[in-house]
Amino acid sequence: MGSRHERWVDEAAGPLVRPYAITRGRTGPRGERLDLVTILTGTGRPVPERTRLSPEQYRMLALCRRPTTVADIASDLALPVGVIEVLADDLMDLGLLGVARPAPVGRPDMDTLRRIRDDLRAL
Amino acid sequence: MTYVPSEPVLRAGAPGVGGTAPRDDTEPGIQPGVGGTDPRDDTEPAPAAGPSSAYKILVAGGFGVGKTTLVGAVSEIRPLHTEELMTEAGSGVDDIRRIEQKTTTTVAMDFGRITLSQGTVLYLFGTPGQDRFWFMWEELSRGALGAVVLIDTRRIEASFAAIDYFEHRSDPFIVAVNRFQDAYDYTAEEIRDALDIAPEVPIVLCDARRRESAKEVLVALIEHAMRRPGHPDEAQAYA
Repeated sequence: MGSRHERWVDEAAGPLVRPYAITRGRTGPRGERLDLVTILTGTGRPVPERTRLSPEQYRMLALCRRPTTVADIASDLALPVGVIEVLADDLMDLGLLGVARPAPVGRPDMDTLRRIRDDLRAL
Repeated sequence: MTYVPSEPVLRAGAPGVGGTAPRDDTEPGIQPGVGGTDPRDDTEPAPAAGPSSAYKILVAGGFGVGKTTLVGAVSEIRPLHTEELMTEAGSGVDDIRRIEQKTTTTVAMDFGRITLSQGTVLYLFGTPGQDRFWFMWEELSRGALGAVVLIDTRRIEASFAAIDYFEHRSDPFIVAVNRFQDAYDYTAEEIRDALDIAPEVPIVLCDARRRESAKEVLVALIEHAMRRPGHPDEAQAYA
């Protein structure tokens, strides 16, 4: 039986830095909540002077040079989705990141469903 | 005390590659929306230009019914998941009868990805199999195309709660019966009777390990969703 300390230091424990250290104490986004399938993309603007981004935010911007979903960002950065939301929120406030496409909210129409079905069949 | 992540942690892996799979973000010369040749390759099946629309499908069901297997069978990336050794707290929650081989339970979320045409990407999210993670379901379900509730006939009761959850929602869902080799082969109707599943809910038999079979499950879900599509003029897939 491992000590309490050991229990935290394994892969299942996730990042060893507590999430709120990465988000500078914030626990939720100020803006709109992001969905796992919200597609984010960088705006390509330069980081404003005297703005300090975290390494995680730089990695997010690198990933988002092409449109990327929140799920894929969280996966690539191995960070909880809630942390990604907060970091993305700051980047959006700075005009560095934007929502390329929000997540679906309702039922897709018939054409979309038919296309998804046919694509799945053709896989 | 058990460490329970309050937020889902998602981890990626590429087929045949251990650990996380950093994507090639430095690849030059790929413009979004440009037609013609598609520079995707086997190691990076995600659209090179990034997705232009993304949809999600939930894969629900009890602990150990094969959700990760199903996601892995159709996903172009290895299912992304973290598994944690079952702890004392966990063993009180999980039903480990007849699944002695499985000593870990997934606490983080699984997901898989399928790239379709026109920049559309389908994400499969395996819902956490334990009741204590149900708070995540609500958010996962929002805007989803629908859900597959997976059943293991040796432990039908493990998926009762998932069926109950989706019966009380308006999202389309189907029941997929994962046919384990050593299990008695029930018919779909026997399953329907046993679980008191509404006649309009399709029940499909599958082998969650097989890609073709898993594909058929997803096709069945989409066809079920097609019986009640959204109207193009009202609340659409995308706001």
